Amino acid sequence: MNIEALQIFWPFSIFVIMLFVIGIYYVLATYNLIRALLGLEIMIKAITLLLIVAGYVSGHVALAQSLVITLIVIEVVAITVSVGIVLGIHSHTNSLDTRNLLEKTHEG
Amino acid sequence: MSLLIVIPFFSILVFNLPFLKTLRKAIFIWSIFLFLSQIVLSCCSISPSFLTKFAKPLHLFNFNLNLDGLGVIMLFLSATILLFTLIVSHSFIKEEKRRFNFITLLLFTLSALNGLVMVRDIFSLYIFVEITAIISYVLIAFDKDMRAMSAVFKYVILSTVASILMVSSIAIVLLLTGDTNFTVIYEALHMSGVNPLMMLALSLFVCGLFIKAGLVPFHGWLPEVYSYSSASVSILLAGILSKALGVYTLIRVLKNVFGLTSQIGTILLVVGTASILIGAFGALAQKNFKKMLAYSSISQVGYIIVGLASLNPLGFIGAVFHFFNHSIFKSLLFVNSAGLEKEIGTTDMAHLGGLSKRMPITATTSVLGILSAAGIPPLAGFWSKLLIIIALFVSGHYVYGIIAIFASVLTLAYLLSMQRMVFFGKLNEKFISVKEAGFSIVLPAIILGAIIVGVGVLYPLVFKALILLLA
Amino acid sequence: MILNIFILILLVIAALWMVMTRSLLRSAIGLALVSLVLTIIMFRLSSPLAAVFELSVCAGLIPVLFISTISLTYPLSKQEMMEHFKARLRRFWYLPVLVVIVGVILSLLKIKPDITLPLPESAKDVRDVLWNLRPIYLIGQIIVLLAGAFGVVILFKDSKKDEH
Repeated sequence: MNIEALQIFWPFSIFVIMLFVIGIYYVLATYNLIRALLGLEIMIKAITLLLIVAGYVSGHVALAQSLVITLIVIEVVAITVSVGIVLGIHSHTNSLDTRNLLEKTHEG
Repeated sequence: MSLLIVIPFFSILVFNLPFLKTLRKAIFIWSIFLFLSQIVLSCCSISPSFLTKFAKPLHLFNFNLNLDGLGVIMLFLSATILLFTLIVSHSFIKEEKRRFNFITLLLFTLSALNGLVMVRDIFSLYIFVEITAIISYVLIAFDKDMRAMSAVFKYVILSTVASILMVSSIAIVLLLTGDTNFTVIYEALHMSGVNPLMMLALSLFVCGLFIKAGLVPFHGWLPEVYSYSSASVSILLAGILSKALGVYTLIRVLKNVFGLTSQIGTILLVVGTASILIGAFGALAQKNFKKMLAYSSISQVGYIIVGLASLNPLGFIGAVFHFFNHSIFKSLLFVNSAGLEKEIGTTDMAHLGGLSKRMPITATTSVLGILSAAGIPPLAGFWSKLLIIIALFVSGHYVYGIIAIFASVLTLAYLLSMQRMVFFGKLNEKFISVKEAGFSIVLPAIILGAIIVGVGVLYPLVFKALILLLA
Repeated sequence: MILNIFILILLVIAALWMVMTRSLLRSAIGLALVSLVLTIIMFRLSSPLAAVFELSVCAGLIPVLFISTISLTYPLSKQEMMEHFKARLRRFWYLPVLVVIVGVILSLLKIKPDITLPLPESAKDVRDVLWNLRPIYLIGQIIVLLAGAFGVVILFKDSKKDEH
């Protein structure tokens, strides 16, 4: 079973890398604060997939699942706090544009 | 030992119970008590026999925790710096409700840092790194200052990317070894030898930690975050948080999980030297007290990394010793900047001058901090830098050793020019009525200065204790 | 295996749609879609519990969080949105090309990872791992949840005070 499982590892990791590329491109190329967070979310999705695949291939499904559950909880909290920060920025500048953000920072 | 995590956490729960509102006034005293008891505990733990005796009855929960010499030093540092942050914040945050919130966050930090220090599992390490990071986001944004908010957003993005790199490394480790426990991974690695996937995992993890520590290719977030966060928070950040997140984790992972190999040594050497130089040159250009301290932080963390990279035991001891010293003198300097911010309202060096007559204690302690940072004997910083440089020469890295000495001179140059601009020279007439900062700022400064002098003068004893702890 | 590949391609397409779509709201819904597809993959890789978590939290809670954030911040008018969309399209149109190129190159590489797999695990179940073997993960989750809740309370409460 393990030999078969090993063969699916590489195709899966190709897609993990593709998702990662999408996420990092989104974070780098966008000017919107919320979109940057969405980009981070895609990257987290990619590593969730990687963890599950690693657990499946190595036959440690239970451990991988508990890692993923913990990861999801942490992810939710981190995203919530950063959304709180985005709202705080929005209440100051009334915009979600990072370019405005930089101007304001240099003025102040 | 699990109690070190659980007690602060449960005290938060108790203080936040809705029907115990009258109890909330006691949180200040209680948290001071907690921090002090942890300091005493870690001082007692220097003798290893105490550690085993003390650890046994406290195994209430089976958390797979462990404490070694490095951990003891970390426990001491985190409790000390949290204590001083608490005392300094007392004069900044006046409103009852906000003060309560701030102290609760500090207790969360204590719990998370203790967990970070004691876990022996690579995923739990990630969990506690992330908890500490989340608390630090809230702490930096605590004042709702616009610049701090935008700085923290940058920090959130970079730090989350770093966490993602760390977790992908953990996934690879899980694939290869089937476990996340330190010892299991270590043994599996030594069984299998060098494996390209393992090198990938190692480099991903180390890359994530470089971001968290603010080392040179990834140092963009650090100066803004340090200088725009409020005075007491920047003590905490510079003193312990970013060091615990980046540098301590790096030392721990390299020592207990992946092992220090010569390849990783080369990477560390290059990154560390680049950090030393770029941090020092960046600091030369700064006009703001706090920003200069932030750049100096990058440079000093570079020394710690270079010490690790020398790959011999002396360098390791030197790195940990410099970690300790750096936490102490950097938090001392940030306490002083908090004093300036409190009394004068600015840390811009162009507006300051001649304050040594008005604020003698602040000026004196900041001289101590500066000389320790620059490595002037007999202060503490001299000995740790000496150890690191000797270790570099012993390992044959002559060029890097000379660069380290050169950068040390640079450190002295920029810090002394800062001292001259802020404290010496002619007193600006605006500041004729400025008084010494209040008791709650002067006291931490005096104690931290005393630690610097004490560790420097009693160096032989300290060195023996360090060898005992880290061997 | 072919079915797996198909679902994975679906995953990447969903992610691309989420990145390229014109309104922020659709982007948040796209995130839910990505999570949904990921859930199916997780089920197929015999991780049902984590899949349920992914479905309820990542496909349910997080998009709601984003959508409420978007509705709390000011909405763009239709015209502005079209302008933004055009400007964005100029920056984003090479992303699908890049992703396809990366995928093709990586699949042509045909790397066969030469690894010896570890022994299968002794723990039978997620419950066993979380409650008996690694209770520290649970403690970590509890601490992070409370810290996050506390942090959000601090962040939101004072910002309301500023507006008054």
